[in-house]
Amino acid sequence: MRLELSRAVQGCRLGLLTGLGNTGQHSLEVPGCLLYTRCATVPHLTQDTLHTLRDLPSVTQVSLMVSYAGLHDTVLFCSLHDSANSIPAGHVTNKTVSVWGSGGRIELTAARFMAIQAAIQPDFYQSMADGETWQAGTSRKRVRKAVDRTLAHLDECLVLHQKTQELKQSEIFGVVEGGDILEERLRSARETAKRPVGGFVLDGFHSAAMDQDVRVQLIKATSAELPQEKPRLVLGVGRPDEVISCVEAGVDLFESFFPFQVTERGCALSFNYNIDPDPETAGTSTPTVLEFNGEMPAVKKLNSNGDENMTPYEMNLKDKRYHDDFRPLVEGCSCYCCEKHMRAYVHHLLVTNELLGGVLLMLHNMAHYLGFFKALREAITSDRLQDFKNRVLHCREGD
Amino acid sequence: MAVSSAAPLALRIVAECPVSKARACTLTLPHCAVSTPVFMPVGTQGTLKGITVDQLEDLDCQICLGNTYHLGMRPGPELIEKADGLHGFMKWNRNLLTDSGGFQMVSLVELSEVTEEGVTFHSPYDGKEILLTPEQSIAIQNSLGSDIMMQLDDVVSSTVKGPRVEEAMHRSVRWLDRCIAANKNPDRQNLFAIIQGGLDAKLRKACLDEMTKRDVPGFAIGGLSGGEEKDDFWKMVTLSTEHLPREKPRYLMGVGYALDLVVCVALGCDMFDCVFPTRTARFGSALVPWGSLQLKQKQYAKDFQPIDPDCQCPTCRRHSRAYLHALFKSDTAAMHHITIHNISYQLTLMQSVRQSIIEQRFPEFVKAFMKRMFPSREQYPSWAVEALQSVNICVC
Repeated sequence: MRLELSRAVQGCRLGLLTGLGNTGQHSLEVPGCLLYTRCATVPHLTQDTLHTLRDLPSVTQVSLMVSYAGLHDTVLFCSLHDSANSIPAGHVTNKTVSVWGSGGRIELTAARFMAIQAAIQPDFYQSMADGETWQAGTSRKRVRKAVDRTLAHLDECLVLHQKTQELKQSEIFGVVEGGDILEERLRSARETAKRPVGGFVLDGFHSAAMDQDVRVQLIKATSAELPQEKPRLVLGVGRPDEVISCVEAGVDLFESFFPFQVTERGCALSFNYNIDPDPETAGTSTPTVLEFNGEMPAVKKLNSNGDENMTPYEMNLKDKRYHDDFRPLVEGCSCYCCEKHMRAYVHHLLVTNELLGGVLLMLHNMAHYLGFFKALREAITSDRLQDFKNRVLHCREGD
Repeated sequence: MAVSSAAPLALRIVAECPVSKARACTLTLPHCAVSTPVFMPVGTQGTLKGITVDQLEDLDCQICLGNTYHLGMRPGPELIEKADGLHGFMKWNRNLLTDSGGFQMVSLVELSEVTEEGVTFHSPYDGKEILLTPEQSIAIQNSLGSDIMMQLDDVVSSTVKGPRVEEAMHRSVRWLDRCIAANKNPDRQNLFAIIQGGLDAKLRKACLDEMTKRDVPGFAIGGLSGGEEKDDFWKMVTLSTEHLPREKPRYLMGVGYALDLVVCVALGCDMFDCVFPTRTARFGSALVPWGSLQLKQKQYAKDFQPIDPDCQCPTCRRHSRAYLHALFKSDTAAMHHITIHNISYQLTLMQSVRQSIIEQRFPEFVKAFMKRMFPSREQYPSWAVEALQSVNICVC
């Protein structure tokens, strides 16, 4: 695996992660996201529906305790946890971490963890880590312990990795912990960087764990301690605004659980990320349908169906206003759902609890999210990051 | 054979079995031709349970069902009409058949009340009362724009006996006439009559005599497949096909188990529908020529074969039983995979039946089918053996 950086603009790194896969012929553009799966499947989708998505990420993320028999031909990254599930606290010890499978909780030592990796044979994976620092008021002592344990796990995993024949082609990523304490973050970063890892996973920065501003500061500081030529992946960050600020802070890779979460609440990503003006409307001063997609952000007027997790970047398709709206979810979107179906139909499917609703929303939300990352890369390439930020973050500035 | 605007349905009999009453036909409808015998999957609420219309088309489905009662409630006929009918609303470009709402009178019997005027339903969604008359049912179906519409019939459970059965039969005839009169689109929507009469041969015959006097493009055999004894069931089916015109399609409603399909084809039926294959899929049950696999069971956790090694559906081409077993614990996609397989199984079964009729080897097909499905002759259900015997197919 190699990271070829082509530019660094305002903190954003742009490049290509190459040499992926067992024949090394796959690559992944950064900044970019991995393909999120549960039980080795993109939620709701079979391979036919999955492949209506263009430009699928070449790297699929799986978490432990899964069977892989159904996975399409792909590069594999294995994480410890599934960021869409909340992890019960209090199950970490000096020597173990816990994961949850269909049979319940499973305690893993480094040895057991590595045995599972040997069975999965991912192309790259995160080392075993203690990331339980996300609760409010986690003590300094606890944060320090998390850093120490994670480093100890890493060293143990590295030894086992070296000895394991099945993992010869795999890369292990070190995990940077440290909660919200700057010194611990720096310590974790510096120490982890000393180890022979292929890249870095930034843990404990989950959306619920800390404020955007704190996160950005800490990631910037952490990133400065990490070798430039190795990729950095952040766990648990998915909202478009948080993605952008993490990219500016030096992050290369993200998970794509966010479109899944949006799907599960019956919503469709609808924020505009297109900075190329439509020749027909360029120069007009009032926002057009293109700018708002015909929507005023619904979040400030949470209707009865409002989910408190709903973000300004999505529309709630269960809302009655879509009952007879014959437009596609997002004008100009080329996903299967938008090319074929209308808002009224998706609304009907959600209201009647039909399974197809989830399928169509998942397709749209993945397509939209991948489009966002592509547009982000293009904006960095063409030096238009500020325009891009204005466009995407515009809907946060009120009605 | 082109469909003229005066007759939106044409049936061409391609082959008949010289031994039994089975036939293979081409049924031309406004959206496309349908090869019969045909199994029609049920997409009650304008969707086939997690499958996209593209996936359904890829399985070679040529006709599927929507339901008037459900769609009439949500999202309502006005909206669907605005969206260009049910075809335009769900973006299905092939044929649609809509049930009239009659069956809900049985399935939702707690919530309904029948009079000569129509059937009153108490809506579970908002407590409102809705009166579904023959005229209303046809009006909704006209808005839905289905290629085949069913009359509103007075449906009585096949386990009910006594005068109610006769009352329902006569009323169904009167409601048929009201439906025919109410059809705004006879040039593009085909209205089928539904033969009632319960399990009483005399009542059935009377119904057949009356309804066949009406000039409808097709007939359905209703009031069966509701829990009655199979011995009574097949006799009513064969009695019905005996007295239905040869040159019009025969639709046996609610029949979907593989054995029932094969036997009823032998008895002269052309079209079938049933929620069973798609419903059972969502419970993890995969249909195979030798029965069914309950994929949630532990024994499949390490079984790396596909559901059916001979099946060509997308699920069997790519996935193993073990994968599906594991997937059931975590994602809805598991149901979609099995739904696709089960629909494929049903459609492929019908295609094989059709091919065997065309090649004049249907009786051999039936024998081979029975051998595959049941471990031994002793286990062949006696009703099926008798039914087949009645049309000169001996499987014993």
